[in-house]
Amino acid sequence: MASEWLSELKAMVGREYGRVYAWDKVNAPMVRQWCEVMGIDNPLYTDEEYAKQTEFDGIVAPPAMLQAWCLEGLHQNNYPQGSTDENPYGALKLIEEQGYPAVVAVNSELSFDRYITMGEKLYYVTKLTEVGDEKTTALGTGFFVTLVMTFFSEKTSEATGDDEKVGELLFRVFKFKPHQQPEKNSAPAEVPVIKRPKPGISDDTRFFWEGCEAKELRIQHCKTCDELQHPPAPVCMHCQSFELDYQVVSGSGELYSFVVMHYPEVPPFDYPNPIGLIQLDEGVRVPAGLVGVDNKNDLKIGQRVQVEFQTFDEELTLPMFRIIDSNAQARS
Amino acid sequence: MTSMKTRQFNDVSLGDRLPKMEVPITSTLITAGAIATRDYFPGHLDKDAAQELGSPHVFMNILTTSALVQRFVEDWAGPTARFNDLKIKLGAPNYPGDTMVFNGEISDVSPEKNAVEVTLKGKNSMGNHVTGTVSVVLPKND
Repeated sequence: MASEWLSELKAMVGREYGRVYAWDKVNAPMVRQWCEVMGIDNPLYTDEEYAKQTEFDGIVAPPAMLQAWCLEGLHQNNYPQGSTDENPYGALKLIEEQGYPAVVAVNSELSFDRYITMGEKLYYVTKLTEVGDEKTTALGTGFFVTLVMTFFSEKTSEATGDDEKVGELLFRVFKFKPHQQPEKNSAPAEVPVIKRPKPGISDDTRFFWEGCEAKELRIQHCKTCDELQHPPAPVCMHCQSFELDYQVVSGSGELYSFVVMHYPEVPPFDYPNPIGLIQLDEGVRVPAGLVGVDNKNDLKIGQRVQVEFQTFDEELTLPMFRIIDSNAQARS
Repeated sequence: MTSMKTRQFNDVSLGDRLPKMEVPITSTLITAGAIATRDYFPGHLDKDAAQELGSPHVFMNILTTSALVQRFVEDWAGPTARFNDLKIKLGAPNYPGDTMVFNGEISDVSPEKNAVEVTLKGKNSMGNHVTGTVSVVLPKND
């Protein structure tokens, strides 16, 4: 029964696992190579002369390297002598057996008690702190599993006292079934590109979007009563006439209202994302993105704005509005 | 030449922004980063294995992301900064051919500890690859 393995899984929460040792003592060559790959040029990690003058009296390991020291390496579940026989990742194995083959790391929360000097021998102990309920994400369906690893430095034979805690890592992974298997050996794999959503274009609105392409702000106009309206509609909202065309407006106006989007961050937009409701000088209001806003606190109702056409993804031209008078007083 | 610039606690204010940092994502960075962090999970090293797992290409491992986060903060703070913690959450994967752009700002200052917290994000073409916070202690000029 499906629930049986789930209860077995949930029962594992709270379990503590014994030591997993590092294969190598913390050493300068591994530190230097790590720094080389990551593009880190802090002399504290690689320049003995500089590091001698610090409180550490020698080079130290980069903090973000903490977990790397104790990874098993090329061969899975091949831990150095003295390590526990138990697999701290047993919960993941159990989930995998139920048909969830893939895994990705989601959270890594490192905290450091102190810096680690060359020659120290590290190990960690693990506690399985959380297994979530089955969830479906963009990647697939599976389980979030949280482990807390506590890292220690083993005392050398001449020193006395307990091994010293040097840091901690909360590590959360998602163990899942992918939504679909991609076709193998298909076209060269490309980075997926997320584009701006495109508008739905109808016979009523086509003139507006074609205007954007032509860098004209076109507003629907009623030939019968001479009023403007936006957004475009099949009939005049003022006199119900079907006799509609458009006028090209100046694109000048003022900020009637605005909102600044912070969360959730949906690609490909930049955040914070300021969006304005523009009162055009010709009288109608248009909602549009605001550009050139360095600080959202500078936005004020009543500021003068000017349209500016921007093309996204080389295929979609949108009217955006730029604040042209940042000192404007609010409209009275 | 190594940069010896150092950031003083007194020079930092809430809301200060860090200089942005662009990281071109290449197969070399992903695989070399995985090996430098002793992470031999095939999804970071072998494109076929990555595709079996549902990815279009090899993807960056979280230990490399942590390292790049450290670099982003350290490039700004200098070698006299001392890290208290480095907490990240991953979102959109980093695939070869993309570029990740880091931005960050000071979200907390603790004068009693000379500590500042940086809230940061590293964004690629699909959205935020990484979001998180880093706390560092900075030297203080009296």
